[in-house]
Amino acid sequence: MDVLLNLTINGIATGSLIFLLAAGLSLIFGLMHVLNFAHGALFAWGAYFGVWIYTQTGSFIVGILGAIVIGAVLGWLLERWIIQPVYTNTMSQIQVTMGLLLVMNECIKVFFGPNQVSVQLPSYLNESWLLGGVILIKYRLFVIGVGILVFLGLQYMLKRTRLGLIVRAGVMNKEMVQALGINIKKVFLYVFILGSGMAALGGMLFAPYSGVIHAEIGMDYGILAFIVVVIGGMGSMVGSALAALLVGVLGAFATFYVPSVALAVNMLLMFGVLMFRPAGLLGRG
Amino acid sequence: MTLLKVDRIETYIDQYHILQGVSFEVKKGGVTVLLGRNGAGKTTTLRSLIGLNPIATGAITFKGETIHHLPTYEIARKGIGYVPEDQGVFPELTIEENLKLAMRKTDEATLERRDWILQLFPDLKTFWKKPSGLLSGGQKQMLAIARACVNDNELLLIDEPSKGLAPIMVDKVMSVIMEMKQRVTVVLVEQNFYMASTIGDDYYIIDDGRTVHTGMMKELKENEALKKEYLGIA
Repeated sequence: MDVLLNLTINGIATGSLIFLLAAGLSLIFGLMHVLNFAHGALFAWGAYFGVWIYTQTGSFIVGILGAIVIGAVLGWLLERWIIQPVYTNTMSQIQVTMGLLLVMNECIKVFFGPNQVSVQLPSYLNESWLLGGVILIKYRLFVIGVGILVFLGLQYMLKRTRLGLIVRAGVMNKEMVQALGINIKKVFLYVFILGSGMAALGGMLFAPYSGVIHAEIGMDYGILAFIVVVIGGMGSMVGSALAALLVGVLGAFATFYVPSVALAVNMLLMFGVLMFRPAGLLGRG
Repeated sequence: MTLLKVDRIETYIDQYHILQGVSFEVKKGGVTVLLGRNGAGKTTTLRSLIGLNPIATGAITFKGETIHHLPTYEIARKGIGYVPEDQGVFPELTIEENLKLAMRKTDEATLERRDWILQLFPDLKTFWKKPSGLLSGGQKQMLAIARACVNDNELLLIDEPSKGLAPIMVDKVMSVIMEMKQRVTVVLVEQNFYMASTIGDDYYIIDDGRTVHTGMMKELKENEALKKEYLGIA
């Protein structure tokens, strides 16, 4: 029982990190229909830049803020100068964003060096408690807490604000939103910046979680985020959260019980879900 | 006074040359009807006016100002409301949210217009908190018109409001457009000749992407030859 609880908590923590990455991707795809393969690079940039700020200032919180800022700034630059000209051409989007992923990964090596970077947790988060037989690791609980806060914040934004109303309407019918006098391009930009900031936040939280970062984490986790968005349903925030938790928890269990299928478990899950729900768990059919 | 002037506009959709010279004028305070067979270019004309299918050549002026180079949202903000053929309601948003989204201001005048609309369409008030996807076709049409009227628009572009509606709903929509004439100018695309001729003041016939005839609606009602030639009405 203790093992089950430990695995579940680990899985939820991993799921929270994946959610931070996938939520932005889901919003960007759902509203803008942009296949952004460079999204994972923002995760990697968040990790590297945030850790750099963290080591310079000694403050983990400032590192997190730095990661969010670099993610948002990169998101703004990418949307404004690179993604916007290819909005109407899916093939170009794939080519441009794949190229961007490669370039941004290489830029990490140029700016931060080609070697792996090890990351230490701040002392106030580097603790654990033993509750019965269950080990509660403070940082994992912190990551879960951040994931919950971001999810609730996004739900509030989507359900209670005018921006959220426009985003939800835009997912359904972009033309009509514009015909109502709303500048959807501006909303696209805000959503892109928001999604990029969340990806970078996910990267920064991932760094001490994993203990070591390398330039290719963007590729590894970018693919995972796509799997989560497909399983959850394009454009569905709740679907992405559910799928991220499923992927995180199933991954934790598979790694422990059947390590030989651990790598395939996400693909098998996606295959199973799409067999019965082609639009994903909560996607529109 | 001319509110809208459309001068020899041509519009392409992909490689297709859909509009090949549409021209007409809309006087303030009436209902101008665009008539024509299926595929003549009526819907594309409305979409070109609101900027969803930008024109390649020609000119569109609204209140004396050229608007055809503007993006859709800026054209709409000039005071032009659009009710598309498929109504364009956001099915997962409630009626309240659909209207809230459309309201560009929340001043007293806008709230007064919203209350007037809800008096015209009491069904919208009844299902205020329901997702609009659950509404009937007629109720969706009411919501689409309501959304276009809630702002201080001077011109409404309405595309086939009677399409797919039961006769009783057609009468209801007709009476609402008649009432709206007091407040706003309307450009109406309509296949239902009974509706078009009842509420229209003047008309333009579009055929193969060109305006081929114009006149007052009461004259067209009596011109059987013209109706047969361009509208296929015997």
